Amino acid sequence: MTGAEMIIHALKKEGVRALFGYPGGAVIDIFDALYNSDIPFYLTRHEQGAAHAADGFARASGEVGVCIATSGPGATNLVTGLATAHMDSIPIVAITGQVHTHLIGNDAFQEVDIVGISRPITKHNYLVSNIDDLPHILKSAFYLAQSGRPGPVLVDIPKDIQQAKTSKPYPDSIEIKSYKPTIKGHMPQIQNVSKAIAASNRPVIYAGGGVISSSASDELRQFAKIINAPVTTTLMGLGVYPETDKNSLKMLGMHGTEYANYAIQEADLLIAVGARFDDRVTGKVDKFASKAKIIHMDIDPTTIRKNVQVNIPVVGDIKHVLHELNKIVEPKENKEWLEQIYKWKKDHPLKYKNDGRIQPQYVIEQIAELTNRKAIITTEVGQNQMWTAQFYNFTHPRTFLSSGGLGTMGYGFPAAIGAQVAQPDKIVVDIAGDGSIQMNIQELATAVLYQIPVKIVILNNHSLGMVRQWQAIFYDRRFSSTCLRRNINCPPDCDQTGENCPKVYVPNFTKLAEAYGATGFFTNKVEEVKPTLEKMLNTPGPVIVEFEIEAEENVYPMVPAGAPINEMIRGMA
Amino acid sequence: MRHIINLEVENNAGVLARIAGLFSARGFNIEALSVGQADPNATARMTLVVRGNDEVIEQINKQLNKLIDVIRVTDVTKNYYVSRDLVLVKVTATPTKRNDISQLINIFGAKVVDISNKTMILELGSSEAKVNAFIETLRPFGIKEIARSGTISMLRDSSGTF
Repeated sequence: MTGAEMIIHALKKEGVRALFGYPGGAVIDIFDALYNSDIPFYLTRHEQGAAHAADGFARASGEVGVCIATSGPGATNLVTGLATAHMDSIPIVAITGQVHTHLIGNDAFQEVDIVGISRPITKHNYLVSNIDDLPHILKSAFYLAQSGRPGPVLVDIPKDIQQAKTSKPYPDSIEIKSYKPTIKGHMPQIQNVSKAIAASNRPVIYAGGGVISSSASDELRQFAKIINAPVTTTLMGLGVYPETDKNSLKMLGMHGTEYANYAIQEADLLIAVGARFDDRVTGKVDKFASKAKIIHMDIDPTTIRKNVQVNIPVVGDIKHVLHELNKIVEPKENKEWLEQIYKWKKDHPLKYKNDGRIQPQYVIEQIAELTNRKAIITTEVGQNQMWTAQFYNFTHPRTFLSSGGLGTMGYGFPAAIGAQVAQPDKIVVDIAGDGSIQMNIQELATAVLYQIPVKIVILNNHSLGMVRQWQAIFYDRRFSSTCLRRNINCPPDCDQTGENCPKVYVPNFTKLAEAYGATGFFTNKVEEVKPTLEKMLNTPGPVIVEFEIEAEENVYPMVPAGAPINEMIRGMA
Repeated sequence: MRHIINLEVENNAGVLARIAGLFSARGFNIEALSVGQADPNATARMTLVVRGNDEVIEQINKQLNKLIDVIRVTDVTKNYYVSRDLVLVKVTATPTKRNDISQLINIFGAKVVDISNKTMILELGSSEAKVNAFIETLRPFGIKEIARSGTISMLRDSSGTF
């Protein structure tokens, strides 16, 4: 079997259902082997699209996403996608071609040290220098990507290795002596958790993306029910606990709900489950949950005591830890505490103004209702992402796919393509801003040609809204280069929109959709939002819907970076 | 506080880059690093000397453990251990000074590995403190060049402190 054939053989053995990628000189052999294979291949229009599609596939399905790119620029184009997956612990195997082994280090055509470049943004990576190592390395890549704390693994394969022959079989299982993730939680620690819960009066569960990675949403819900504690989730954890439930505090942190942040600050016990105390969550870290004992359950020991001091750490797979904990933890009432929580929820709900124009929050609420919250939602990054997180009310894991850690604009659309390939029977909607969507708009070709019926909702404020919001609040309204109408005639110090502003905005998204063979709709009237969304859902194939919204609408509440999370800026509404 | 960390690592290309990259990416400082391989078929051994408070050292230990190619991380400073630095010093040594230098060599247990009309090269393998003292003592004679290895260390099975 040649190296190229071994790669395809490995993908089959691993049950890979879809590949995303782009050919090139250093991977012709792999594509040649793919020619006779029945693994569906999706030719994206940019390697970044392929990486995000593999990521979206992985998030929507829980399986490993796979992408392929050639050496040099093909490989470097994967970098943003790999970093995105790395920050959010998403299992991806990326296969890159490399120049011939005898040319490595010679600055050969389309040569780049992708193993060096991707070292800090992958869980692990390999350069295959011997054909007989290839089966073992590919098996290791799939094993590493999905075990322990998941993450992307890159395998760089020189062209001559793809052509060389090996008689080594693809292993059925593998053991890496230096890699033994702790799966089972330490029982005495789990008992300590149980005791701390029994002794607490004001517990809060703070759940993150680790609950999704470990498919432990059911265990988490059961746990929350037993101890009758309110649950807040991180951006990555949205959906692990139904946000429609009375004990849900929704998201916490910089753009979290007031009641979630108040609950954290007043809690006497904070139970962190598969979360990592990111700065967007904690705000000023020494003021975060300062009245609480902290329990931290996570599969990755490095997350424990990295940002905050922890009283009871439990290293292990969340599903296992919660399963054991649920067996021994005693039921609680927390009556007074829950009354306080309900009062906060009543007094400080998320809200937005209603002034007759299209409010982005309203659009998101309508999408949630029209799809019965059964759709898979992806987002881009910025205001569109935060409004979605705030107003959709997620009820199921793996229905909100968003670049949390890296904050990658341009993620949502290709990720939606990957998610739709993974879940062909679901509705997949990318909620986008007019800035982000243009970062990977070329994937419209992929969506149209492969008949991937992704729906794109563009909340068009003609701005890079989140940066504009910071400029409005913290930079004295100096709107430097965040207006997407800005052109060659604008004065450098333009600070607001007015009569002299350019009327021209490009692109015309409806025409753009049509140019690619997709369908486009536009409206700027609030009463047309719902019918337009209905039209979108009833139109087969990819659809772009553009809603013109107000440029000045901000995301509230907001905790200024570095402030304690209970010191929030509230909205005007 | 100063910690000496022994690593047993897979003998793969790029291991050193992974460890160096981890330290630079996370803002940890390496004071000394030594890498070597005792047996060509076996794993490789590295010794790191790092400085930091307890939290930093805990993170360094965990992050090193997380690297796939790292098999074992041992903070020897938590136990009884022996550690050695090796130094070569080229010192100005005209024939009239040679006797004085020879006395120092005896006191420190150093060796002469080269001698010329103007200089001597001296070798000492010892604890970090003793190597430091040796260098300071030679300084008045005029040091022309110093080459010093990173620390290597090993856990003791006895409870001695030397």
